[in-house]
Amino acid sequence: MMLLKHLRTSIIAIIVFTCLTGILYPLAVTGLAQLIFPKKANGSMILKDGKTFGSELIGQPFSDPKYFWSRLSATGPFAFNAAASSGSNYGPINQAYLDGVKKRIQDLKAVDSSNTQPVPADLVTASGSGLDPHISVAAALYQLPRVARIRNLNQDQLRSLVSQYTEGRQLGFLGEPRVNVLKLNLALDETQSLSGGK
Amino acid sequence: MTLNGILQIAFYLAALTLLTKPLGAFMARVYQREKTFLDPVLGPLERLIYRLTKISPDEEMDWKANAVALLIFNFVGLIVVYVVQRIQQFLPLNPQGMAAVTPDSSFNTAVSFATNTNWQGYGGETTMSYLTQMLALTVQNFISAASGMAVLALFIRGIARHSAKTLGNFWVDMTRSTLYILLPLAIILSLVLVSQGVIQNNSAYVSVPFLQATADTGGVKVTDQVLAMGPAASQIAIKQLGTNGGGFFNVNSAHPYENPTPIADFLEMLAILLIPAALCYTFGKMVKDTRQGWAIFAAMMLILVAAIFWMYGVEGSGNPKLIALGVDQQSTSENPGGNMEGKEVRFGIPNSAVWATVTTAASNGSVNSMHDSYTPLGGMVALIMMHLGEVVFGGVGSGLYGMLIFVVVAVFVAGLLVGRTPEYLGHKIEAYEMKMASLLILIMPITVLVLTALAVVTAAGKAGIMNPGPHGFSEILYVFTSQGNNNGSAFAGASVNTPFYNLTGGLAMLIGRYWLAVPTLALAGSLVKKKLVPVSEGTLPTYTPLFIFWLIAVVLIVGALNFLPALALGPIAEHFMMMQ
Repeated sequence: MMLLKHLRTSIIAIIVFTCLTGILYPLAVTGLAQLIFPKKANGSMILKDGKTFGSELIGQPFSDPKYFWSRLSATGPFAFNAAASSGSNYGPINQAYLDGVKKRIQDLKAVDSSNTQPVPADLVTASGSGLDPHISVAAALYQLPRVARIRNLNQDQLRSLVSQYTEGRQLGFLGEPRVNVLKLNLALDETQSLSGGK
Repeated sequence: MTLNGILQIAFYLAALTLLTKPLGAFMARVYQREKTFLDPVLGPLERLIYRLTKISPDEEMDWKANAVALLIFNFVGLIVVYVVQRIQQFLPLNPQGMAAVTPDSSFNTAVSFATNTNWQGYGGETTMSYLTQMLALTVQNFISAASGMAVLALFIRGIARHSAKTLGNFWVDMTRSTLYILLPLAIILSLVLVSQGVIQNNSAYVSVPFLQATADTGGVKVTDQVLAMGPAASQIAIKQLGTNGGGFFNVNSAHPYENPTPIADFLEMLAILLIPAALCYTFGKMVKDTRQGWAIFAAMMLILVAAIFWMYGVEGSGNPKLIALGVDQQSTSENPGGNMEGKEVRFGIPNSAVWATVTTAASNGSVNSMHDSYTPLGGMVALIMMHLGEVVFGGVGSGLYGMLIFVVVAVFVAGLLVGRTPEYLGHKIEAYEMKMASLLILIMPITVLVLTALAVVTAAGKAGIMNPGPHGFSEILYVFTSQGNNNGSAFAGASVNTPFYNLTGGLAMLIGRYWLAVPTLALAGSLVKKKLVPVSEGTLPTYTPLFIFWLIAVVLIVGALNFLPALALGPIAEHFMMMQ
């Protein structure tokens, strides 16, 4: 008898709470979000002249030396697949991981042989999401001489462009200073016509 | 460690501590059915729910009736989650045309969400329709959390009352937890998260052009990026608040659409511990001695702070294997440095380390970085936080009732040492209570270690390993530690979406949740009947610094005795290999 009573209550309660927390709650939040923050609720797209150039929150892969490169991405079957986020999940002494780091350093040196600085850690490691839109300021500065040389740009000029796309710590102390790679590269293409180069 | 990193950690801990009293006092009013400022809005809704479900809110039940209500309610919920996944292809709000989820994966996920574990054997954006995320998963995020909170409220009444029979009404506590606590906080948090960039829509996935075309592993040119969409913020808010942890996307809160900025990260991290911490104060309020609540808060906080700084220290010092390769792992104001594999630049090391510690402390299990790629000693902190039994704040409700079991043990052992009858808050602790407490403390390690042993000796178990060597053992240990403790985080390299892991893991989650919740209620049912023992000179005060350290010692010693050998085989062995 007690069992049946609780079973009946359970079934009705599941229906009631499904309506409340599974339908009304998410739809209400969607409605409010679309009303108050439509751009953010729909993915913070970068719009120019009515065209969409990706999302400012989702990174893209770059291998051309005229662009700043993003971090490594472990998503499959191609890097920065934003429909299947993934980290590498390599353990710290896994040989496959260490080989990947070595290869990345070689790739960076291959297009910038004169650069003898140590490579910043974030530039040789894969992000957790595989979609990290940022690199550290150090990683941008590491690549700056290369991009400047290929694009025939003055390094100081490029440095000011990098700092324009550098996001500081929020409230002055939260998070890390970082450079949005896609936005920086879009700005590079827009403000500067390539002379010479690859 | 950097000064800025320490500042961020201090700010987090201070914010958490400051919110404990106001929210804790509010929750005490909710469980004592006193007036709150939300009554004008939620009172009518609450009464409507009671009318529809034919719950008599003034009818109290003993521990058995409450346990039956919990089990049946969660079982019905589990069935719904299973069925929705199996038939999602026929249901609306499925713009990506997701197919039915496999039976074993559906079972695992149904158990996972009903038990407040929120282990993700699946990848959200490649498996679940929006309707499944909402109807099946978001609903469970609320009611599994509310179930844990209700069990705690019943348990606290068992301690607060004397010479009584009933503990309260599970249905009322569950309903009020959802309406007055979880729902308002989730609405506020989800909108703040959207303001930071968390998505909330029902659109199909969006295709955008790559600025520079790329190629897939087969060499085929890829010119477009498909961005996964969906109603993410509403689920993320509640998965953090309810210590659920099951993310919208595969990589959980490492995904920029799930956790886009440091402010979003701070709030999501705060949400993990907010309710578990405040419940300590609620406990003090309900037993009419807030010192008791603060003592438990202090014991939890001290363990947490030690673990956070250990985690931050080892992750910040990076991977010695990379130094030889010429990688700059020094943390500066321009370089996050440290062990950045599996971490996001916007969070850096301190926010990743704090998150990894609090999510495993709290049985939340959401992640903002990949635990599998942590240094061996960093990954070990995550394992240890779970091995302690999820009692360092722990899951909403379940963490505090788990810690109160340790308090009972601590009081008992202390009583034995000085030769006095052990008592806690006016209840004599006798043979029956100790039997239940021992059962509660032993079930989890037995489940975790037996299933780990099974997996490492069977082909189906070993097939899941991704990283070679001791790390592979750590991966398996993590699978069952996480599920046996209803945490849900993972060393995600392990391939666990297989029948073997879905079924063994499902078993571990069921044992970890209900085999603990039911004896906990039984213990409360026994305590509530006892006559009040007046405080005397022989009473051990349970709010002094001495008792706080004693409680910490009991928790750590029990954890170490259970798991030190297993940790030696995994992370400790790997650490020495890394230092070679």
